Amino acid sequence: MEIAFWIIAITCIVSALLVVGVKNIFHSSLWLILCFLSVAGVFLLLSADFLAAVQILIYIGAISVLIILAIMLTREVQRGNLTNKLKIPALFVVTALGGIMTYMLISSNWTSSDAPPPSTTTAGLADMLFGADGFGLGVLLTGVILLVAIIGAIVLVRDK
Amino acid sequence: MGLTHFLVLAVILFCIGLYGALVKKSAVVILMCIEIMLNAVTIAAVAFNRFASPELFTGQIFTLFIIAVAAAEATIGLAIIISIYKNRDTIDATKIDLMKW
Amino acid sequence: MTQTGLWLIMLLPLICGALIALGYAFFCRKPAISGYLGIAGVGGSLLLSIWGLIGLLGKEGASYYAPGFSWFAVGNSIDISFNLSFDPLAAIMCFVILFVSLMVHIYSQGYMHGDKGYPRYYAFLSFFTASMLGLVLSDNLLFTFFFWELVGLASYLLIGFWFTRPAAANAAKKAFIVTRIGDVGFLAAIIILFANTGTLDIHSLNGMAEMGLIGAGVVTIAALGIFAGAVGKSAQFPLHVWLPDAMEGPTPVSALIHAATMVAAGVFLVARTYPIFESSATAMLWVSIIGAVTAIFAATMALVMNDMKRILAYSTVSQLGYMMLGLGTGGIAIGIFHLFNHAFFKSLLFLGSGSVNHATGTFDIREMGGLSKPMPVTSRTFLIASLSLAGIWPLSGFFSKDEILAGAMDGQFILFILALITVFLTAFYMFRLYFVAFGGTYRGKGNPHESPRVMSWPLLILVVPSVISGLLNAGGGFSSFLGEEVHTGFFEGLFGILLHPLALVSLAVAGGGIYLAFLMYKKKSLSPAIFTERFKGLYMVFSKKYWMDDLYEGAIAKNILMKGVFAFMAFFDRKVVDGGINGFFIQKVLFSRLFSRFRTADERIVDGAVNGVASITLEGGKVGRKAQTGQLQSYGIYLAAGVVVLVMAALIIW
Repeated sequence: MEIAFWIIAITCIVSALLVVGVKNIFHSSLWLILCFLSVAGVFLLLSADFLAAVQILIYIGAISVLIILAIMLTREVQRGNLTNKLKIPALFVVTALGGIMTYMLISSNWTSSDAPPPSTTTAGLADMLFGADGFGLGVLLTGVILLVAIIGAIVLVRDK
Repeated sequence: MGLTHFLVLAVILFCIGLYGALVKKSAVVILMCIEIMLNAVTIAAVAFNRFASPELFTGQIFTLFIIAVAAAEATIGLAIIISIYKNRDTIDATKIDLMKW
Repeated sequence: MTQTGLWLIMLLPLICGALIALGYAFFCRKPAISGYLGIAGVGGSLLLSIWGLIGLLGKEGASYYAPGFSWFAVGNSIDISFNLSFDPLAAIMCFVILFVSLMVHIYSQGYMHGDKGYPRYYAFLSFFTASMLGLVLSDNLLFTFFFWELVGLASYLLIGFWFTRPAAANAAKKAFIVTRIGDVGFLAAIIILFANTGTLDIHSLNGMAEMGLIGAGVVTIAALGIFAGAVGKSAQFPLHVWLPDAMEGPTPVSALIHAATMVAAGVFLVARTYPIFESSATAMLWVSIIGAVTAIFAATMALVMNDMKRILAYSTVSQLGYMMLGLGTGGIAIGIFHLFNHAFFKSLLFLGSGSVNHATGTFDIREMGGLSKPMPVTSRTFLIASLSLAGIWPLSGFFSKDEILAGAMDGQFILFILALITVFLTAFYMFRLYFVAFGGTYRGKGNPHESPRVMSWPLLILVVPSVISGLLNAGGGFSSFLGEEVHTGFFEGLFGILLHPLALVSLAVAGGGIYLAFLMYKKKSLSPAIFTERFKGLYMVFSKKYWMDDLYEGAIAKNILMKGVFAFMAFFDRKVVDGGINGFFIQKVLFSRLFSRFRTADERIVDGAVNGVASITLEGGKVGRKAQTGQLQSYGIYLAAGVVVLVMAALIIW
């Protein structure tokens, strides 16, 4: 278990760094796909099998495709992955933020239970989402949000 | 591996994403970094779910919703970027500053 | 009668007047309709008030009440509200007002025909009628005062109706100002009553006065104050000077306002607050004295006037004095009864004089004569009204005058003698007027003819009450309606009165007056010149109106006020007040000259400080606005930095 964790964690972080760092935007999007994949691996480590599948399906299957589409449409590849003037202040602020959060995490006393996680989460998730006393309303609202997003995207992009 | 490992992983990812969002010129790259940040949050949520109360699937439900909303947001964001590109032929974030003094 | 009906009595003329005013342009094109509208309003109110009057007959102490609205209320202690109260006194007044007003409305269709201000006239007439009705129907003394003032305003508007004539404009001004002087007393009385009793509801006040709950001094001052208002409005001495001048207005206006209704408002007010007067012997005494003095005073002046309307005006003043005397010595019923009778025959006389003016074009009796043949209706109604005014049995004036004389004889003998002399003078001047204007041969230049029917019919209608209204009290019916105890039967009252010595004396005196006038002006056996020669001094006093107008306008207004007080105040304002202010600023200028050496320091330090503050703001703004880069990412950095700071703060504090 531990080895798996360390490998996946390192992959995650490195690919994220490369997303920010490489000069070619298209390469950067490919590193993003690797990042998503490693996050799915993290989910598997945490016994969230359904979620891992969803992550791969949606993030890699849909969102990354969208991003590559946008890169191609806007011909960003020609320009390259530039940075603006705010590198140093941003570095400073981000390190500070990260440091403080890490400190808080480590020094907090988390309540943890020793219960074993369920082997398949799908049934339980389905029960919570669609069953009585569940998050049915949330599901419906999410549907509405997606509808709005679709309509909004169409409106924004169409030619008059 | 303990909860803290996963949470630290989440924090590091979050900070990398934040740095990228603040520093990059290209709007698409900024969007990518925002997705990284969202993923960091989902890792943290699922980690909490696994270690604090595995029988309640709260963290995972939360993550599902986050993923759904992130998808919607990416759609809209990219639509806006394309629309800006059509208007101004650039998506350089530093050039889009109409609200300047 | 319903509450709506009671409100409608007051509101119908008001609504009609308002409609005429609002649709003025329309009515100027079709003026006759405004006349019909005015007549409709007053006619409707008259029917309603007759209905109410019938409803009150025979019931002891009954009255109708229509609640209105609360005008001013503070907590539980102060509550001034406007409600309508239709008790017998108000019922009688409403009937008089509306009946005479209706006759005037009908008559004016002929008299004011072709006048450019015809719709304006009817609007004002309706407004006046509504205000007068509000005055008699109000149950709160403050609202009585409001309507009192409104009636004064209507009088101003109507006297000065032909405002392009300076005499009319001045007369309107004079009327308003003189009555205002009396109103000061009325207002003072209201304030004193309110301060001492906490209420202005008339029924409460009367009740308190009857039970003796208001202090003696307060009740006297209040009564005198109310009477001061009545003196102004009813043209008693010394505030009578406006009424003769008010004859500049159209004659129907004089008939309505200055014979029957507005001037009667003063008498009404005293009757309305009668318990307050009864509680104060001093006030009653003053009411009687001023009443009797006015009666004889005005009668003497009427002897020497040559203008028909002026004679009638002085006659009105004199008769109002009679009413006050009646109130002071006899009681409510006697004074109001004379008011009731007087309204009918005096308005008849005025309308008759208007008819004469319509025919001959003048009011000067020296240019008239021999009008009885060409104007039969006018002359006969005029004769009947004059006989009634003189107090000849069985016409109405006889009964009311006789009761007043009886009351005076029991109360104040000197005043009774004055009143008796006035009876003689009244008969004399009225028949002087009649014989000179209607007897003999025509001396004028016009073409006398009878008036059109729309003007003659009101004359004929008014004759009826002039003759028979006296009979209403022959059996004491009128007095008992007003709540007084009477014990005679009808026929005893009617015929038995002739057996009383007082009645015979007054008839003889009146008859003597008529006879003297007959000798002097009809048979011409006695020449008036003899009297004017022998009593030249008196003649001069009378015709100069006792120099009262000269006193008021000349001595007081011109010299004392204008040259004295106002001039002094203007001088004071210029020299003292302005001088003080100028002097203060001269001081400031001197000071500043003195310290001019320090001017640079002042400029540098003070101005520098002020400018410094301004420039700090400016430069700060210039720097501060650089933060608005318009770039989202820099804002994001600020956000993140802010979060860091907050979290650190939270960590440190906890």
